[in-house]
Amino acid sequence: MTLELVSVSKSVSGRVHIHATDLVLQNGSMNVLLGATLSGKTSLMRLMAGLDKPSSGKILWNGHDVTGMRVQDRNIAMVYQQFINYPSMSVYDNIAAPLRLMRKSKSEIDKAVCESAALMKLTPQLARKPLELSGGQQQRCALARALVKGAGLVLLDEPLANLDYKLREELRTEIPKIFEASGAIFVYATTEPEEALLLGGNTAALHEGRVTQFGLTPEVYRLPKDAVTARVFSNPPMNFISVTKQGDQLSFANEQTAPALQTLDDGVYQAGFRPDHVALTRRTQSALEFKCQVQVSEITGSETYVHMDHQENKWIGLVDGVHHIAANQELSVFLDLAHIYLFGQDGSLLAPATYVKAA
Amino acid sequence: MAKIRTQKPGWFSGKALVMVLYILFLLIPIYWLINMSLKTNEEIISVFSVWPRHLTFDNYKTILTDASWYMGYVNSMIYVVLNVVISLTVALPAAYAFSRYSFIGDKHLFFWLLSNRMAPPAVFALPFFQLYSSVGLFDTHIAVALAHTLFNVPLAVWILEGFMRGVPKEIDETAYVDGYSFPRFFTRIFMPLIASGIGVAAFFCFMFSWVELLLSRTLTSVAAKPITAVMTRTVSASGMDWGVLAAAGVLTIVPGALVIYFVRNYIAKGFALGRV
Repeated sequence: MTLELVSVSKSVSGRVHIHATDLVLQNGSMNVLLGATLSGKTSLMRLMAGLDKPSSGKILWNGHDVTGMRVQDRNIAMVYQQFINYPSMSVYDNIAAPLRLMRKSKSEIDKAVCESAALMKLTPQLARKPLELSGGQQQRCALARALVKGAGLVLLDEPLANLDYKLREELRTEIPKIFEASGAIFVYATTEPEEALLLGGNTAALHEGRVTQFGLTPEVYRLPKDAVTARVFSNPPMNFISVTKQGDQLSFANEQTAPALQTLDDGVYQAGFRPDHVALTRRTQSALEFKCQVQVSEITGSETYVHMDHQENKWIGLVDGVHHIAANQELSVFLDLAHIYLFGQDGSLLAPATYVKAA
Repeated sequence: MAKIRTQKPGWFSGKALVMVLYILFLLIPIYWLINMSLKTNEEIISVFSVWPRHLTFDNYKTILTDASWYMGYVNSMIYVVLNVVISLTVALPAAYAFSRYSFIGDKHLFFWLLSNRMAPPAVFALPFFQLYSSVGLFDTHIAVALAHTLFNVPLAVWILEGFMRGVPKEIDETAYVDGYSFPRFFTRIFMPLIASGIGVAAFFCFMFSWVELLLSRTLTSVAAKPITAVMTRTVSASGMDWGVLAAAGVLTIVPGALVIYFVRNYIAKGFALGRV
């Protein structure tokens, strides 16, 4: 089973929601759509489901064109961010609904419902109505209904976004297990890079209706194709600084210099580094030192976020441990040369950070 | 902490007085109607009595045994039920379309629907009478039912649209994804969700049709004569039959009161056309 999008695009009343996209989702793969709000995750998912018709392009399922096919005939399942269940039916009937429509036998339905309810830890709630359940249970009910049908394509549109932190963690660890058990193509939309990394599989980074990169999740994370992908797939977003190469020297904002390791032409480039690579102390002799103006610092318990200005750039540093850093003071931050990505002026990746190769 | 003011005990308080007066004034007309219906004509016109001196059920007996009376109720019931059924069957898909799809002129059309209610029924008495007479629908139940749909369909559409708008569109889509066909989804999933809205819409249709006099009287003569029309024609040779008329009045209130009882929890939302 494969789902293939062939130059699929979608525009609504003159505004482009999805630019022409080619995407092939392989059988039994977990695919994460990663992007900020309004980046087109839901639009893309609705196109995959067949809830919306693409403005152009084709959608192939196992090689067959399913572009104009009714949703009912597509053998898909979908879970929304909002907890969508059938409020007038009990949890049991909710989960059984898709099977009943497939005209399965009573015993078959009963077996499947009980199994998936057990998997979702809903067995004690089977007789109750969805609205009598907690948010997490409601969403588990929706997930159970999506899974019980054995659909070839399961679309999860930010299924955990409306849940509280604890439940989210709990369900997030369960989803990969469910996925493995089902053998279907999973598509999972999320705004959080951590979620994508935890789920593994493939990731498609989305930005303003474009898939900027699609590949194995750790690869997309470590080797982002361009600055946009790097920004999307980094939380907090990646920091940037302009860098000039002249001869065998890299000059960072006329403040720090480093030997140029890469075989690049002379010119102006963008250097990017992730917030968690920012250090407050010099760890290696060759580390670069930047003087920044602290805007604000936040302590999350075991980590400290430092928001700072470096010349005209806004940077965020994520450092281990609790550091009380007063606002509006000057702060030196250190950066290992190995953690720096080099992007061209057009944003494309020219040289990945050297730590990536070591990892 | 602020002290919580507790109400002083005692049988007299300002609040209670207002309540008692309010209920008193509301109920006096109804009480008087019931009072009259249980008296004889002589007692009604000769003496002032707060309760029946000679309790009698003869008035009710007259109505329930005399076909010219009880057929009035039957006729009214028939066209009211017909009207409610027709109005809802038409309004449900219409309201769904207004709540779910956008099409050219949808907002104007939606408003125009309500403008149908801006004209008094009397305006339509003449065209309906002429039209129904010429196509042979005069003095039939369906004639009155159809005439009333002109006023009830727009109202039902407005009420139902409000209730439907409150149901997230994702439920529709989830149902399609799960394999529900549209008719099946609509009857199995969607209608139970807006059951209270359907109840309220039915109630408003019922009420309009039940109390409307002008059209129903104009469009009927004998075979489909409604109870309200029967009640206006009770002056006989022996004078006004007060008691029977009062009994008829009581029996006319009952169906309305019953229907109100069933939708009492949703009526406020219905008056706001479902938009609460």
